[in-house]
Amino acid sequence: MTSARRKPYGVKGAPYGFLLPAAVLFVLFFALPIGYAVWLSLHKVQVKGLGLGAGARQEVWAGLRNYTDALTDSELVDGALRVAGYGAIVVPVMLGLALVFALMLDTEKVRLAPVTRLAIFLPYAIPGVVAALLWGFLYLPDVSPFFYVLDKLGLPQPDLLDGGPLYLALSNIAVWGGTGFNMIVIYTSLQAIPAEVREAAKLDGATPLQTALRIKIPMVAPSLVLTFFFSIIATLQVFSEPTTLKPLTNSVSTTWSPLMKVYRDAFNTGDIYAAAAEAVIIAVATLVLSFGFLRAANSRTKQEEAR
Amino acid sequence: MPITKHSRLVASTIAVVLGATSLVACGSSDDDKSASSSGPATLTFWTWAPGMDKVVDLWNKGPGKQQQITVEVKKQASGDSLITKILTAHKAKKAPDLVQAEYQALPTLVSNDALADIATESKDAKSKFAEGVWQQTTLGTDAVYAIPQDIGPMMFYYRADLFKKYGLAVPTTWEQFAETARALKKKAPDKALTTFSANDSGLFAGLAQQAGAKWWTSSGDKWKVGIDDAATRKVADFWGGLVKEGAIDNQPMYQPAWNKALNTGKEIAWVSAVWAPGTLTTAAPQTKGKWAMAPLPQWSAGENVTGSWGGSSTAVTTDSPHKAAAAKFAAWLNTDPQAVAALAKESGIYPASTSAQTSDAFAQPPAFFSNQSDFYTKASEIAKTTAPSAWGPNVNVAYTSFNDAFGAAAKNKSDFGAALKTMQDATVADLKKQGFGVAQ
Repeated sequence: MTSARRKPYGVKGAPYGFLLPAAVLFVLFFALPIGYAVWLSLHKVQVKGLGLGAGARQEVWAGLRNYTDALTDSELVDGALRVAGYGAIVVPVMLGLALVFALMLDTEKVRLAPVTRLAIFLPYAIPGVVAALLWGFLYLPDVSPFFYVLDKLGLPQPDLLDGGPLYLALSNIAVWGGTGFNMIVIYTSLQAIPAEVREAAKLDGATPLQTALRIKIPMVAPSLVLTFFFSIIATLQVFSEPTTLKPLTNSVSTTWSPLMKVYRDAFNTGDIYAAAAEAVIIAVATLVLSFGFLRAANSRTKQEEAR
Repeated sequence: MPITKHSRLVASTIAVVLGATSLVACGSSDDDKSASSSGPATLTFWTWAPGMDKVVDLWNKGPGKQQQITVEVKKQASGDSLITKILTAHKAKKAPDLVQAEYQALPTLVSNDALADIATESKDAKSKFAEGVWQQTTLGTDAVYAIPQDIGPMMFYYRADLFKKYGLAVPTTWEQFAETARALKKKAPDKALTTFSANDSGLFAGLAQQAGAKWWTSSGDKWKVGIDDAATRKVADFWGGLVKEGAIDNQPMYQPAWNKALNTGKEIAWVSAVWAPGTLTTAAPQTKGKWAMAPLPQWSAGENVTGSWGGSSTAVTTDSPHKAAAAKFAAWLNTDPQAVAALAKESGIYPASTSAQTSDAFAQPPAFFSNQSDFYTKASEIAKTTAPSAWGPNVNVAYTSFNDAFGAAAKNKSDFGAALKTMQDATVADLKKQGFGVAQ
């Protein structure tokens, strides 16, 4: 056999050879940009005098200054709190609806299941910016058909783009767009529940509700963990919905969410050093939160297994 | 779940989060330039003016062909992001030869050493422009950093038919403007004279400029920020007062509800600039021929001053290997009668060049204002009364701060003076952070 005659290192080296393209891509488009962002975040510009003319502007070492500035910046903290409030609405509502829809589609007596499934899933296919524009128009009293109807009926017309309702308005866009995807994930894992388990539950006299609560939900718990995990990350990165609604109202500032502040600092006020530091902080926060959640979820599963 | 999957997921999260930053890291590399500075030259021109390629064609087939200078247009988006893009390209020493830049962005670009001094090449051009316009391209120094392209002198636009219907007179002072707003509210409570919008800082800057504000001035090697000065405070308090008492609307401009308000006559006037006909054509198509233009109301009767909102220039970058050739093109584009006429026709700009303002291209009023035959004669007279402007190296910071602070104040109908203070403080803090000399 030919392989027997090959030198040992040829065989040993093969995996590295296969890995090489991925490794090169990883370094070029992943590690390097991240490294550059970190490098930027540790620098700042230093201008002399009026700052006009050549050589008046230098890039100097800033240490952790950008980080301390960002962490003590009330706008970034406020933005994080706003996003927390938004997430507190989006995540439970979206996942709750997704789970309920998935369980309903999974029951035996459901009609038109494929059509319903598609209808619930469809909004996910609409790009976030388009969805935000669409809803934005519906929220504007002067152009919205809803407000027209409210007006005709003589009902009060709430300002959906201000204060508390703004959170509901933004959450609604995310829930509308995201429920379908999460429903499919949960539904798929419901379909994977063995038929004998369902049959056993039925023979034991469990009602559909009991089956759902005691059998199905515990069995799809890993999918719930996964969808929760995705939703947390999506929430932390909320950007396009508030950015799209911003021109329609005075209530959304340029720093409404932390990522919007990163964008503003990089592209409006031209301070890429501060923007880099904020991006790193958001990345670390995302990492800590997601890993923290996964660890908690894992240890719980282990405890249950041990029981 | 295996741990590797988590880390990949988290890693991609970081990638998405850092996406914005890594974009900054990529310079433009699509324009390779030869090192020679004489002989045939190909210049890249970043501009957002629509139809600029047709104007540049005139150059490439005419004077450009003779002088072997070819210009290539690369269409860009307007606004702050273009400044960031130019500065990023400049960092990699790959900025295009020519850029279109708004006047208020020039100090930012100059302080980043992105713009070349073209004083020697543009000596002949100076006489073609009004003093106040030209001064914006020199930043008060002996250098010349750009050639003015278009200007945006501010004017008062109103629905002539509705003013007649409600028996309103065209206000000539801001005092009368406020009275007009109140009178209209009394006669038609569901209508408003206009809105105070916080989403375009240029409007407020222009109004402050009319009142005599000088937001950035320099003495020695220090900048002095005067955003919170008496003139601007007067403007802020005036508009804040009108919003607070409900005499005018507080919704932002350029969004569906605003378009509808203009189109249906819910808002019957707009403080704007010479380019307003273009905006009105798309925002309020049903009101064609019903509007009229008048000079901006004044702070005291008998005065005759306006501010400017918008306008841009053509600048040569320090990265260009063909600076002289680029400066030649910039001067031709904005002073040659044929070029400026084409600019007016193809890009719909209002030229900075004074002789072009009264050229044949501006003999007829804009189609939307067909009822006002002397539109451009009036416009050119108003343009002459433009107050000098004073821009500094961090206009973008002041403007962003304006959007947030005044947006919130307009929404809450709270004190505009406090918002102005926020804007002043943010601007000064940013200058200090960057290390500029700042006078208190």
